[in-house]
Amino acid sequence: MLSLENVSRTFGGFRALQGVSFEVKQGELLGLIGPNGSGKTTLFNCVSGALRPSAGSIRFRGEEVGGLTPDRICHRGIARTFQIPRPFKKLSVLENVALAAHFGHMTREPDAAARARARDVLRLVGLPSDEAARPGLLGAAGLKKLELARALATGPALLLADETLGGLDLEEMRQAAGLLRRIRDEMGITIVWVEHIMATLMRVVDRVVVLDHGEKIAEGMPREVAEDPRVIEAYLGEKLVLG
Amino acid sequence: MKRLLALVGVALLALVPWLPLGPARLYILHVLVLVLIWAFVGTAWALMGRFGLVSLGHGAFLGLGAYTTTLLWNFLGVSPWIGTPLAAGLAVLLALVLGYPCFRFRVVGHYFALVTLALGEVIRLLIIAERDWTGGSLGLTLKDAGAFNLAAIQFADKRIFYLVALAVWLVGLWVWWWVDRSMTRSALEAIGEDETAAASVGIPVTGFKLRITLLSAGLTAVGGVLYAQYVTYINPGTLAGIGVSLQIVFAVVLGGMYTLLGPTVGTALTIALAEYLRVAFGVRFLGMADTIYGLALVLIIIFLPAGLYGGLRELVLRRAAPPRAAT
Ligand SMILES: Nc1ncnc2c1ncn2[C@@H]1O[C@H](COP(=O)(O)OP(=O)(O)O)[C@@H](O)[C@H]1O
Ligand SMILES: [Mg+2]
Repeated sequence: MLSLENVSRTFGGFRALQGVSFEVKQGELLGLIGPNGSGKTTLFNCVSGALRPSAGSIRFRGEEVGGLTPDRICHRGIARTFQIPRPFKKLSVLENVALAAHFGHMTREPDAAARARARDVLRLVGLPSDEAARPGLLGAAGLKKLELARALATGPALLLADETLGGLDLEEMRQAAGLLRRIRDEMGITIVWVEHIMATLMRVVDRVVVLDHGEKIAEGMPREVAEDPRVIEAYLGEKLVLG
Repeated sequence: MKRLLALVGVALLALVPWLPLGPARLYILHVLVLVLIWAFVGTAWALMGRFGLVSLGHGAFLGLGAYTTTLLWNFLGVSPWIGTPLAAGLAVLLALVLGYPCFRFRVVGHYFALVTLALGEVIRLLIIAERDWTGGSLGLTLKDAGAFNLAAIQFADKRIFYLVALAVWLVGLWVWWWVDRSMTRSALEAIGEDETAAASVGIPVTGFKLRITLLSAGLTAVGGVLYAQYVTYINPGTLAGIGVSLQIVFAVVLGGMYTLLGPTVGTALTIALAEYLRVAFGVRFLGMADTIYGLALVLIIIFLPAGLYGGLRELVLRRAAPPRAAT
Protein backbone atom coordinates (compact mmCIF):
# COMPACT_ATOMS: atom_id res chain seq x y z
CA MET A 1 0.00 0.00 0.00
CA LEU A 2 2.80 2.39 0.95
CA SER A 3 6.30 1.89 -0.30
CA LEU A 4 9.33 3.96 0.62
CA GLU A 5 12.48 3.76 -1.46
CA ASN A 6 15.69 5.37 -0.30
CA VAL A 7 13.89 8.26 1.36
CA SER A 8 16.33 10.87 2.67
CA ARG A 9 15.91 14.22 4.30
CA THR A 10 18.58 16.66 5.35
CA PHE A 11 18.33 19.82 7.43
CA GLY A 12 21.24 21.99 6.41
CA GLY A 13 24.08 19.52 6.56
CA PHE A 14 22.35 17.28 9.08
CA ARG A 15 20.94 14.00 7.77
CA ALA A 16 17.71 13.27 9.62
CA LEU A 17 16.79 10.42 7.25
CA GLN A 18 19.25 8.42 5.16
CA GLY A 19 18.01 6.09 2.45
CA VAL A 20 15.11 4.56 4.33
CA SER A 21 13.19 1.85 2.45
CA PHE A 22 10.33 -0.34 3.58
CA GLU A 23 6.82 -1.41 2.63
CA VAL A 24 3.53 -1.17 4.48
CA LYS A 25 1.02 -3.80 3.46
CA GLN A 26 -2.72 -3.25 3.18
CA GLY A 27 -4.44 -3.89 6.51
CA GLU A 28 -1.22 -4.01 8.46
CA LEU A 29 -0.54 -2.48 11.87
CA LEU A 30 3.11 -1.59 11.58
CA GLY A 31 5.17 -0.30 14.48
CA LEU A 32 7.90 2.25 13.72
CA ILE A 33 10.26 2.60 16.65
CA GLY A 34 13.59 4.18 17.41
CA PRO A 35 15.21 6.28 20.10
CA ASN A 36 14.43 9.98 20.40
CA GLY A 37 15.75 11.94 17.44
CA SER A 38 16.07 8.90 15.19
CA GLY A 39 13.89 10.48 12.47
CA LYS A 40 10.47 8.93 13.05
CA THR A 41 8.54 12.20 13.02
CA THR A 42 10.60 13.45 10.09
CA LEU A 43 9.58 10.33 8.16
CA PHE A 44 5.91 11.03 8.92
CA ASN A 45 6.39 14.62 7.83
CA CYS A 46 7.77 13.43 4.50
CA VAL A 47 4.99 10.91 3.90
CA SER A 48 2.23 13.36 4.87
CA GLY A 49 3.65 16.19 2.80
CA ALA A 50 4.55 18.51 5.68
CA LEU A 51 8.16 18.20 4.51
CA ARG A 52 9.53 17.51 1.07
CA PRO A 53 11.90 14.54 1.03
CA SER A 54 15.40 15.52 -0.16
CA ALA A 55 15.67 12.31 -2.17
CA GLY A 56 13.92 9.00 -2.72
CA SER A 57 10.44 7.94 -3.67
CA ILE A 58 7.24 7.55 -1.68
CA ARG A 59 4.52 5.60 -3.45
CA PHE A 60 1.00 5.23 -2.13
CA ARG A 61 -1.33 2.74 -3.85
CA GLY A 62 1.10 2.69 -6.73
CA GLU A 63 1.30 6.46 -7.21
CA GLU A 64 4.15 8.79 -6.30
CA VAL A 65 3.10 11.17 -3.51
CA GLY A 66 6.53 12.51 -2.48
CA GLY A 67 6.50 16.31 -2.72
CA LEU A 68 2.72 16.73 -3.02
CA THR A 69 1.12 19.30 -0.72
CA PRO A 70 -0.30 17.96 2.58
CA ASP A 71 -3.91 18.67 1.64
CA ARG A 72 -3.55 16.66 -1.59
CA ILE A 73 -1.94 13.78 0.28
CA CYS A 74 -4.77 13.87 2.80
CA HIS A 75 -7.28 13.67 -0.04
CA ARG A 76 -5.43 10.65 -1.45
CA GLY A 77 -6.18 8.86 1.84
CA ILE A 78 -3.23 9.39 4.18
CA ALA A 79 -3.95 10.98 7.56
CA ARG A 80 -1.49 11.77 10.33
CA THR A 81 -1.57 12.79 13.97
CA PHE A 82 0.94 15.13 15.58
CA GLN A 83 3.25 14.01 18.34
CA ILE A 84 2.59 17.23 20.22
CA PRO A 85 -1.16 17.80 19.78
CA ARG A 86 -2.04 20.75 17.57
CA PRO A 87 -5.76 21.36 18.15
CA PHE A 88 -7.47 24.46 16.73
CA LYS A 89 -8.08 26.11 20.09
CA LYS A 90 -10.50 28.73 18.84
CA LEU A 91 -12.87 26.03 17.58
CA SER A 92 -14.92 23.55 19.58
CA VAL A 93 -13.88 19.91 19.74
CA LEU A 94 -16.76 19.10 17.41
CA GLU A 95 -15.75 21.83 14.93
CA ASN A 96 -12.16 20.59 14.95
CA VAL A 97 -13.31 17.19 13.81
CA ALA A 98 -16.13 18.41 11.53
CA LEU A 99 -13.59 20.54 9.68
CA ALA A 100 -11.49 17.45 9.01
CA ALA A 101 -14.58 15.53 7.89
CA HIS A 102 -15.61 18.36 5.56
CA PHE A 103 -12.26 19.09 3.94
CA GLY A 104 -10.51 15.76 4.31
CA HIS A 105 -12.20 13.97 1.43
CA MET A 106 -11.56 14.29 -2.26
CA THR A 107 -15.13 15.60 -2.68
CA ARG A 108 -16.25 17.83 0.18
CA GLU A 109 -19.03 16.57 2.39
CA PRO A 110 -21.94 18.91 3.11
CA ASP A 111 -21.80 20.55 6.58
CA ALA A 112 -24.52 18.38 8.11
CA ALA A 113 -22.96 15.14 6.91
CA ALA A 114 -19.55 16.31 8.13
CA ARG A 115 -20.96 17.05 11.57
CA ALA A 116 -22.70 13.69 11.74
CA ARG A 117 -19.48 11.93 10.79
CA ALA A 118 -17.56 14.02 13.33
CA ARG A 119 -19.97 12.93 16.08
CA ASP A 120 -19.50 9.27 15.13
CA VAL A 121 -15.73 9.58 15.26
CA LEU A 122 -15.83 11.43 18.59
CA ARG A 123 -17.99 8.68 20.04
CA LEU A 124 -15.52 6.09 18.78
CA VAL A 125 -12.52 7.70 20.47
CA GLY A 126 -14.56 8.58 23.55
CA LEU A 127 -14.71 12.37 23.46
CA PRO A 128 -17.73 14.60 24.12
CA SER A 129 -19.43 15.79 20.94
CA ASP A 130 -21.56 18.64 22.28
CA GLU A 131 -20.91 22.18 21.07
CA ALA A 132 -19.66 23.30 24.48
CA ALA A 133 -16.64 20.99 24.59
CA ARG A 134 -13.50 23.03 23.91
CA PRO A 135 -9.98 21.68 23.30
CA GLY A 136 -8.75 23.88 26.15
CA LEU A 137 -10.72 21.77 28.62
CA LEU A 138 -9.13 18.50 27.52
CA GLY A 139 -6.21 16.89 29.33
CA ALA A 140 -3.21 15.20 27.72
CA ALA A 141 -5.15 12.01 27.00
CA GLY A 142 -8.10 13.95 25.59
CA LEU A 143 -5.86 15.94 23.25
CA LYS A 144 -4.29 12.75 21.94
CA LYS A 145 -7.77 11.41 21.28
CA LEU A 146 -8.67 14.62 19.47
CA GLU A 147 -5.61 14.19 17.22
CA LEU A 148 -6.79 10.70 16.41
CA ALA A 149 -10.40 11.78 15.86
CA ARG A 150 -9.38 14.57 13.49
CA ALA A 151 -7.21 12.22 11.46
CA LEU A 152 -9.91 9.54 11.30
CA ALA A 153 -12.58 12.03 10.23
CA THR A 154 -10.71 12.60 6.97
CA GLY A 155 -11.59 9.02 6.05
CA PRO A 156 -8.06 7.71 5.58
CA ALA A 157 -6.94 4.38 4.14
CA LEU A 158 -3.61 4.81 5.92
CA LEU A 159 -3.19 6.36 9.36
CA LEU A 160 0.15 7.65 10.59
CA ALA A 161 -0.08 7.81 14.40
CA ASP A 162 2.80 9.69 16.06
CA GLU A 163 3.48 8.81 19.72
CA THR A 164 -0.13 8.26 20.64
CA LEU A 165 0.96 7.15 24.12
CA GLY A 166 3.24 10.05 25.02
CA GLY A 167 2.36 11.57 28.38
CA LEU A 168 -0.33 9.00 29.23
CA ASP A 169 -0.53 6.84 32.37
CA LEU A 170 -0.55 3.06 32.18
CA GLU A 171 -4.30 2.62 32.00
CA GLU A 172 -4.65 5.34 29.35
CA MET A 173 -1.86 3.70 27.35
CA ARG A 174 -3.69 0.38 27.39
CA GLN A 175 -6.86 2.05 26.18
CA ALA A 176 -5.11 3.99 23.44
CA ALA A 177 -3.35 0.88 22.17
CA GLY A 178 -6.67 -0.98 22.18
CA LEU A 179 -8.24 1.86 20.22
CA LEU A 180 -5.60 1.71 17.49
CA ARG A 181 -6.12 -2.00 17.26
CA ARG A 182 -9.88 -1.52 16.89
CA ILE A 183 -9.41 1.13 14.22
CA ARG A 184 -7.44 -1.39 12.22
CA ASP A 185 -9.67 -4.40 12.93
CA GLU A 186 -13.10 -2.78 12.67
CA MET A 187 -12.51 0.04 10.19
CA GLY A 188 -9.91 -1.75 8.08
CA ILE A 189 -7.53 1.21 8.23
CA THR A 190 -3.86 0.44 7.69
CA ILE A 191 -1.74 1.97 10.46
CA VAL A 192 1.86 2.99 10.92
CA TRP A 193 2.34 3.62 14.59
CA VAL A 194 5.36 5.52 15.90
CA GLU A 195 6.45 5.19 19.49
CA HIS A 196 9.77 5.51 21.17
CA ILE A 197 8.77 3.37 24.14
CA MET A 198 8.59 -0.17 22.85
CA ALA A 199 6.74 -2.22 25.45
CA THR A 200 3.07 -1.51 24.75
CA LEU A 201 3.55 -1.19 21.02
CA MET A 202 5.34 -4.52 20.67
CA ARG A 203 2.36 -6.38 22.07
CA VAL A 204 -0.08 -4.93 19.58
CA VAL A 205 1.65 -4.53 16.20
CA ASP A 206 2.08 -7.09 13.43
CA ARG A 207 5.52 -6.03 12.34
CA VAL A 208 8.18 -3.53 13.40
CA VAL A 209 10.60 -1.23 11.60
CA VAL A 210 13.41 0.26 13.69
CA LEU A 211 15.14 3.56 12.93
CA ASP A 212 18.35 4.84 14.45
CA HIS A 213 20.16 8.02 13.41
CA GLY A 214 17.90 8.28 10.38
CA GLU A 215 18.67 4.80 9.12
CA LYS A 216 16.62 1.64 9.15
CA ILE A 217 18.51 -0.81 11.35
CA ALA A 218 15.99 -3.64 11.64
CA GLU A 219 12.66 -4.88 10.36
CA GLY A 220 10.63 -7.94 11.31
CA MET A 221 8.34 -9.58 13.85
CA PRO A 222 8.28 -7.90 17.27
CA ARG A 223 10.08 -10.82 18.99
CA GLU A 224 12.87 -11.03 16.43
CA VAL A 225 13.42 -7.30 16.48
CA ALA A 226 13.51 -7.10 20.26
CA GLU A 227 16.39 -9.59 20.27
CA ASP A 228 18.32 -7.97 17.45
CA PRO A 229 21.70 -6.85 18.80
CA ARG A 230 21.67 -3.61 16.78
CA VAL A 231 18.31 -2.69 18.25
CA ILE A 232 19.47 -3.47 21.77
CA GLU A 233 22.53 -1.33 21.20
CA ALA A 234 20.49 1.57 19.82
CA TYR A 235 18.25 1.45 22.84
CA LEU A 236 21.19 1.08 25.23
CA GLY A 237 20.18 2.41 28.58
CA GLU A 238 16.47 2.27 27.82
CA LYS A 239 14.43 -0.58 29.18
CA LEU A 240 13.40 -3.29 26.74
CA VAL A 241 10.41 -5.05 28.18
CA LEU A 242 8.23 -7.48 26.37
CA GLY A 243 5.18 -8.40 28.43
CA MET B 1 -36.66 38.51 15.54
CA LYS B 2 -33.04 39.42 14.81
CA ARG B 3 -33.90 39.73 11.13
CA LEU B 4 -36.80 42.04 11.91
CA LEU B 5 -34.60 44.22 14.09
CA ALA B 6 -32.00 44.46 11.36
CA LEU B 7 -34.65 45.43 8.81
CA VAL B 8 -36.05 48.13 11.06
CA GLY B 9 -32.50 49.38 11.71
CA VAL B 10 -31.72 49.60 8.00
CA ALA B 11 -35.03 51.36 7.28
CA LEU B 12 -34.26 53.93 9.99
CA LEU B 13 -30.76 54.47 8.61
CA ALA B 14 -32.18 54.98 5.13
CA LEU B 15 -34.48 57.70 6.50
CA VAL B 16 -31.72 59.70 8.21
CA PRO B 17 -31.20 62.21 5.33
CA TRP B 18 -34.84 63.24 5.56
CA LEU B 19 -34.81 63.87 9.30
CA PRO B 20 -34.83 67.49 10.46
CA LEU B 21 -31.13 67.68 11.29
CA GLY B 22 -31.02 71.44 11.81
CA PRO B 23 -28.60 73.92 10.29
CA ALA B 24 -25.69 71.48 10.37
CA ARG B 25 -27.63 69.06 8.17
CA LEU B 26 -25.22 69.01 5.25
CA TYR B 27 -22.21 68.67 7.50
CA ILE B 28 -23.77 65.78 9.43
CA LEU B 29 -24.68 64.02 6.19
CA HIS B 30 -21.17 64.53 4.90
CA VAL B 31 -19.63 62.95 7.98
CA LEU B 32 -22.09 60.06 7.82
CA VAL B 33 -21.24 59.34 4.18
CA LEU B 34 -17.55 59.29 5.07
CA VAL B 35 -18.23 56.95 7.99
CA LEU B 36 -20.16 54.56 5.74
CA ILE B 37 -17.46 54.51 3.07
CA TRP B 38 -14.61 53.96 5.52
CA ALA B 39 -16.64 51.46 7.54
CA PHE B 40 -17.11 49.48 4.34
CA VAL B 41 -13.35 49.58 3.72
CA GLY B 42 -12.69 48.59 7.33
CA THR B 43 -15.10 45.67 7.05
CA ALA B 44 -13.32 44.54 3.88
CA TRP B 45 -9.98 44.77 5.71
CA ALA B 46 -11.32 42.77 8.65
CA LEU B 47 -12.23 39.90 6.33
CA MET B 48 -8.50 39.19 6.28
CA GLY B 49 -7.43 40.73 9.55
CA ARG B 50 -9.62 38.56 11.73
CA PHE B 51 -7.82 35.48 10.45
CA GLY B 52 -4.37 36.80 11.23
CA LEU B 53 -3.75 38.13 7.72
CA VAL B 54 -2.72 41.59 8.84
CA SER B 55 -2.32 43.87 5.84
CA LEU B 56 -0.67 47.23 6.37
CA GLY B 57 -1.02 48.10 2.70
CA HIS B 58 -4.69 48.21 1.89
CA GLY B 59 -4.11 51.75 0.66
CA ALA B 60 -2.70 50.10 -2.46
CA PHE B 61 -6.08 48.63 -3.38
CA LEU B 62 -7.92 51.76 -2.35
CA GLY B 63 -5.68 53.96 -4.53
CA LEU B 64 -5.70 51.55 -7.45
CA GLY B 65 -9.50 51.56 -7.37
CA ALA B 66 -9.90 55.32 -7.08
CA TYR B 67 -7.30 56.17 -9.73
CA THR B 68 -8.55 53.56 -12.20
CA THR B 69 -12.08 54.91 -12.42
CA THR B 70 -11.05 58.55 -12.18
CA LEU B 71 -8.43 58.27 -14.93
CA LEU B 72 -10.77 56.26 -17.16
CA TRP B 73 -13.47 58.89 -16.76
CA ASN B 74 -11.24 61.94 -17.11
CA PHE B 75 -9.19 60.78 -20.10
CA LEU B 76 -11.38 58.30 -21.95
CA GLY B 77 -14.85 59.19 -20.74
CA VAL B 78 -15.45 55.64 -19.55
CA SER B 79 -18.36 55.47 -17.12
CA PRO B 80 -17.50 54.36 -13.58
CA TRP B 81 -20.16 51.69 -14.03
CA ILE B 82 -17.64 50.02 -16.34
CA GLY B 83 -14.64 51.42 -14.47
CA THR B 84 -15.62 49.93 -11.12
CA PRO B 85 -15.49 46.27 -12.16
CA LEU B 86 -12.21 47.04 -13.94
CA ALA B 87 -10.85 48.71 -10.82
CA ALA B 88 -11.89 45.77 -8.64
CA GLY B 89 -10.40 43.39 -11.20
CA LEU B 90 -7.07 45.22 -11.17
CA ALA B 91 -7.00 45.19 -7.36
CA VAL B 92 -7.72 41.45 -7.39
CA LEU B 93 -4.90 40.97 -9.87
CA LEU B 94 -2.52 43.00 -7.72
CA ALA B 95 -3.56 40.96 -4.67
CA LEU B 96 -2.89 37.79 -6.62
CA VAL B 97 0.59 38.93 -7.63
CA LEU B 98 1.31 39.84 -4.02
CA GLY B 99 -0.52 37.00 -2.30
CA TYR B 100 0.40 33.96 -4.34
CA PRO B 101 4.17 34.07 -3.72
CA CYS B 102 3.61 35.13 -0.09
CA PHE B 103 1.26 32.27 0.68
CA ARG B 104 3.07 29.70 -1.43
CA PHE B 105 6.32 30.40 0.39
CA ARG B 106 4.75 30.81 3.79
CA VAL B 107 5.42 34.49 4.31
CA VAL B 108 3.27 34.93 7.42
CA GLY B 109 2.76 37.17 10.44
CA HIS B 110 5.06 40.18 10.69
CA TYR B 111 6.73 39.36 7.40
CA PHE B 112 3.44 39.41 5.55
CA ALA B 113 2.56 42.71 7.23
CA LEU B 114 5.87 44.19 6.09
CA VAL B 115 5.41 43.02 2.50
CA THR B 116 1.96 44.63 2.36
CA LEU B 117 3.32 47.80 3.95
CA ALA B 118 5.85 48.02 1.13
CA LEU B 119 3.14 47.41 -1.47
CA GLY B 120 1.11 50.36 -0.20
CA GLU B 121 4.12 52.62 -0.49
CA VAL B 122 5.08 51.33 -3.94
CA ILE B 123 1.63 52.19 -5.28
CA ARG B 124 1.76 55.64 -3.68
CA LEU B 125 5.17 56.32 -5.22
CA LEU B 126 4.02 55.03 -8.60
CA ILE B 127 1.07 57.42 -8.55
CA ILE B 128 3.43 60.29 -7.74
CA ALA B 129 5.94 59.24 -10.39
CA GLU B 130 3.31 59.06 -13.16
CA ARG B 131 2.46 62.71 -12.61
CA ASP B 132 1.68 63.35 -16.27
CA TRP B 133 -1.64 61.60 -15.90
CA THR B 134 -2.14 61.31 -12.19
CA GLY B 135 -1.24 64.85 -11.23
CA GLY B 136 1.43 63.48 -8.91
CA SER B 137 1.20 64.43 -5.28
CA LEU B 138 -1.09 67.36 -6.11
CA GLY B 139 -3.86 64.93 -6.89
CA LEU B 140 -6.58 64.78 -9.46
CA THR B 141 -10.06 66.24 -9.72
CA LEU B 142 -12.86 64.18 -11.19
CA LYS B 143 -14.17 65.84 -14.37
CA ASP B 144 -17.51 67.44 -13.58
CA ALA B 145 -20.53 65.84 -15.22
CA GLY B 146 -23.31 67.98 -13.83
CA ALA B 147 -25.42 68.03 -10.69
CA PHE B 148 -27.14 64.74 -11.39
CA ASN B 149 -25.53 62.29 -13.74
CA LEU B 150 -26.31 58.64 -13.24
CA ALA B 151 -23.91 57.43 -15.95
CA ALA B 152 -21.03 59.29 -14.30
CA ILE B 153 -22.20 58.47 -10.75
CA GLN B 154 -22.04 62.14 -9.80
CA PHE B 155 -24.69 63.70 -7.62
CA ALA B 156 -24.61 67.10 -6.03
CA ASP B 157 -27.33 65.99 -3.62
CA LYS B 158 -25.64 64.42 -0.60
CA ARG B 159 -28.75 62.40 0.19
CA ILE B 160 -28.25 60.29 -2.91
CA PHE B 161 -24.65 59.59 -2.01
CA TYR B 162 -25.71 58.72 1.46
CA LEU B 163 -28.05 56.04 0.11
CA VAL B 164 -25.40 54.70 -2.27
CA ALA B 165 -22.85 54.49 0.55
CA LEU B 166 -25.42 52.84 2.81
CA ALA B 167 -26.11 50.19 0.17
CA VAL B 168 -22.42 49.51 -0.41
CA TRP B 169 -21.79 49.30 3.34
CA LEU B 170 -24.64 46.79 3.67
CA VAL B 171 -23.13 44.68 0.89
CA GLY B 172 -19.87 44.71 2.87
CA LEU B 173 -21.65 43.52 6.02
CA TRP B 174 -23.45 40.86 4.03
CA VAL B 175 -20.16 39.52 2.63
CA TRP B 176 -18.65 39.48 6.15
CA TRP B 177 -21.68 37.60 7.46
CA TRP B 178 -21.62 35.19 4.55
CA VAL B 179 -17.96 34.29 5.20
CA ASP B 180 -18.66 34.09 8.94
CA ARG B 181 -21.44 31.57 8.79
CA SER B 182 -19.82 29.10 6.39
CA MET B 183 -17.28 26.31 6.83
CA THR B 184 -14.92 28.83 5.25
CA ARG B 185 -14.76 30.68 8.55
CA SER B 186 -13.74 27.58 10.51
CA ALA B 187 -11.20 26.74 7.83
CA LEU B 188 -9.68 30.22 7.87
CA GLU B 189 -9.73 30.26 11.65
CA ALA B 190 -7.85 26.95 11.63
CA ILE B 191 -5.36 28.29 9.08
CA GLY B 192 -4.84 31.43 11.17
CA GLU B 193 -4.01 29.28 14.18
CA ASP B 194 -1.87 26.55 12.65
CA GLU B 195 -1.27 26.21 8.92
CA THR B 196 0.51 22.88 9.21
CA ALA B 197 -2.32 21.26 11.15
CA ALA B 198 -4.92 22.81 8.84
CA ALA B 199 -3.21 21.43 5.74
CA SER B 200 -2.92 18.00 7.36
CA VAL B 201 -6.71 17.66 7.52
CA GLY B 202 -7.10 18.49 3.86
CA ILE B 203 -7.66 22.26 3.91
CA PRO B 204 -6.04 23.84 0.83
CA VAL B 205 -4.25 26.54 2.80
CA THR B 206 -2.82 28.62 -0.04
CA GLY B 207 -6.11 28.63 -1.94
CA PHE B 208 -8.14 29.76 1.05
CA LYS B 209 -5.77 32.55 2.03
CA LEU B 210 -5.62 33.70 -1.55
CA ARG B 211 -9.37 33.77 -1.98
CA ILE B 212 -10.05 35.82 1.14
CA THR B 213 -7.24 38.21 0.18
CA LEU B 214 -8.62 38.70 -3.34
CA LEU B 215 -12.10 39.28 -1.94
CA SER B 216 -10.83 41.84 0.54
CA ALA B 217 -8.75 43.62 -2.10
CA GLY B 218 -11.60 43.79 -4.61
CA LEU B 219 -14.01 45.24 -2.06
CA THR B 220 -11.43 47.75 -0.87
CA ALA B 221 -10.97 48.98 -4.45
CA VAL B 222 -14.73 49.53 -4.66
CA GLY B 223 -14.44 51.60 -1.47
CA GLY B 224 -11.75 53.68 -3.17
CA VAL B 225 -13.97 54.25 -6.19
CA LEU B 226 -16.85 55.32 -3.98
CA TYR B 227 -14.65 57.78 -2.12
CA ALA B 228 -13.38 59.26 -5.38
CA GLN B 229 -16.89 59.62 -6.78
CA TYR B 230 -18.13 61.29 -3.62
CA VAL B 231 -15.26 63.66 -2.84
CA THR B 232 -14.42 64.14 -6.56
CA TYR B 233 -10.82 64.82 -5.65
CA ILE B 234 -8.16 62.23 -4.96
CA ASN B 235 -4.49 62.37 -4.06
CA PRO B 236 -1.89 59.73 -3.27
CA GLY B 237 -1.60 60.88 0.36
CA THR B 238 -5.22 60.20 1.29
CA LEU B 239 -5.79 57.14 -0.87
CA ALA B 240 -2.54 55.19 -0.94
CA GLY B 241 0.52 54.59 1.15
CA ILE B 242 1.19 54.04 4.80
CA GLY B 243 -0.98 56.81 6.23
CA VAL B 244 -4.36 55.66 5.02
CA SER B 245 -3.41 51.99 5.32
CA LEU B 246 -2.72 52.46 9.01
CA GLN B 247 -5.84 54.53 9.54
CA ILE B 248 -7.94 51.64 8.31
CA VAL B 249 -6.16 49.28 10.68
CA PHE B 250 -6.49 51.72 13.63
CA ALA B 251 -10.21 52.05 13.17
CA VAL B 252 -10.80 48.32 12.88
CA VAL B 253 -8.63 47.41 15.84
CA LEU B 254 -10.36 50.10 17.88
CA GLY B 255 -13.85 48.76 17.14
CA GLY B 256 -12.85 45.11 17.05
CA MET B 257 -12.24 42.92 14.05
CA TYR B 258 -13.98 39.78 15.27
CA THR B 259 -17.51 41.13 15.17
CA LEU B 260 -19.75 42.19 12.30
CA LEU B 261 -20.15 45.78 13.48
CA GLY B 262 -16.74 46.23 15.09
CA PRO B 263 -15.06 47.87 12.07
CA THR B 264 -18.05 50.20 11.65
CA VAL B 265 -18.09 51.30 15.27
CA GLY B 266 -14.33 51.85 15.20
CA THR B 267 -14.54 53.90 12.03
CA ALA B 268 -17.38 56.01 13.39
CA LEU B 269 -15.41 56.71 16.57
CA THR B 270 -12.18 57.67 14.82
CA ILE B 271 -13.94 59.94 12.34
CA ALA B 272 -16.08 61.50 15.08
CA LEU B 273 -13.00 62.15 17.19
CA ALA B 274 -11.05 63.66 14.31
CA GLU B 275 -13.99 65.90 13.37
CA TYR B 276 -14.62 66.94 16.97
CA LEU B 277 -11.01 67.94 17.50
CA ARG B 278 -10.91 69.77 14.19
CA VAL B 279 -14.06 71.73 14.98
CA ALA B 280 -13.23 72.34 18.65
CA PHE B 281 -9.60 73.26 18.34
CA GLY B 282 -9.24 74.14 14.67
CA VAL B 283 -5.70 73.84 13.41
CA ARG B 284 -4.11 74.72 16.76
CA PHE B 285 -3.86 71.06 17.70
CA LEU B 286 -3.20 69.56 14.33
CA GLY B 287 -2.05 66.03 15.02
CA MET B 288 -3.95 65.90 18.30
CA ALA B 289 -6.34 63.28 16.91
CA ASP B 290 -3.42 61.06 15.92
CA THR B 291 -1.95 61.34 19.39
CA ILE B 292 -5.25 60.51 21.06
CA TYR B 293 -6.04 57.50 19.00
CA GLY B 294 -2.50 56.31 19.13
CA LEU B 295 -2.86 56.28 22.90
CA ALA B 296 -6.34 54.77 22.80
CA LEU B 297 -5.04 52.06 20.52
CA VAL B 298 -2.28 51.03 22.89
CA LEU B 299 -4.74 50.87 25.79
CA ILE B 300 -7.22 48.86 23.75
CA ILE B 301 -4.72 46.33 22.50
CA ILE B 302 -3.67 45.76 26.10
CA PHE B 303 -7.05 45.79 27.87
CA LEU B 304 -9.67 45.03 25.23
CA PRO B 305 -8.15 42.82 22.54
CA ALA B 306 -11.59 42.23 21.03
CA GLY B 307 -11.93 45.99 20.46
CA LEU B 308 -14.37 48.47 22.02
CA TYR B 309 -17.48 47.12 20.36
CA GLY B 310 -16.36 43.49 20.51
CA GLY B 311 -15.39 43.80 24.17
CA LEU B 312 -18.64 45.48 25.20
CA ARG B 313 -20.68 42.96 23.26
CA GLU B 314 -18.92 40.13 25.04
CA LEU B 315 -19.66 41.74 28.40
CA VAL B 316 -23.34 42.21 27.61
CA LEU B 317 -23.74 38.68 26.28
CA ARG B 318 -22.07 37.26 29.35
CA ARG B 319 -24.46 39.21 31.58
CA ALA B 320 -27.44 38.00 29.59
CA ALA B 321 -26.45 34.34 29.58
CA PRO B 322 -24.22 33.10 32.40
CA PRO B 323 -21.88 30.42 31.04
CA ARG B 324 -23.04 26.86 31.36
CA ALA B 325 -21.02 24.80 33.78
CA ALA B 326 -18.53 22.72 31.86
CA THR B 327 -19.70 19.14 31.68
N1 LIG C 1 12.49 21.13 10.94
C1 LIG C 1 13.67 20.69 11.41
N2 LIG C 1 14.77 21.45 11.29
C2 LIG C 1 15.96 21.01 11.73
N3 LIG C 1 16.17 19.83 12.32
C3 LIG C 1 15.11 19.01 12.47
C4 LIG C 1 13.81 19.40 12.02
N4 LIG C 1 12.94 18.39 12.31
C5 LIG C 1 13.67 17.43 12.89
N5 LIG C 1 14.97 17.79 13.00
C6 LIG C 1 16.05 16.97 13.55
O1 LIG C 1 16.00 15.70 12.95
C7 LIG C 1 16.25 14.70 13.91
C8 LIG C 1 15.12 13.72 13.92
O2 LIG C 1 14.01 14.30 14.55
P1 LIG C 1 12.60 13.58 14.65
O3 LIG C 1 12.22 13.07 13.33
O4 LIG C 1 11.68 14.52 15.32
O5 LIG C 1 12.93 12.37 15.64
P2 LIG C 1 11.95 11.41 16.41
O6 LIG C 1 10.56 11.69 16.01
O7 LIG C 1 12.41 10.04 16.01
O8 LIG C 1 12.19 11.64 17.87
C9 LIG C 1 16.47 15.39 15.24
O9 LIG C 1 17.84 15.50 15.47
C10 LIG C 1 15.86 16.74 15.04
O10 LIG C 1 16.52 17.72 15.81
MG1 LIG D 1 8.98 12.29 17.10
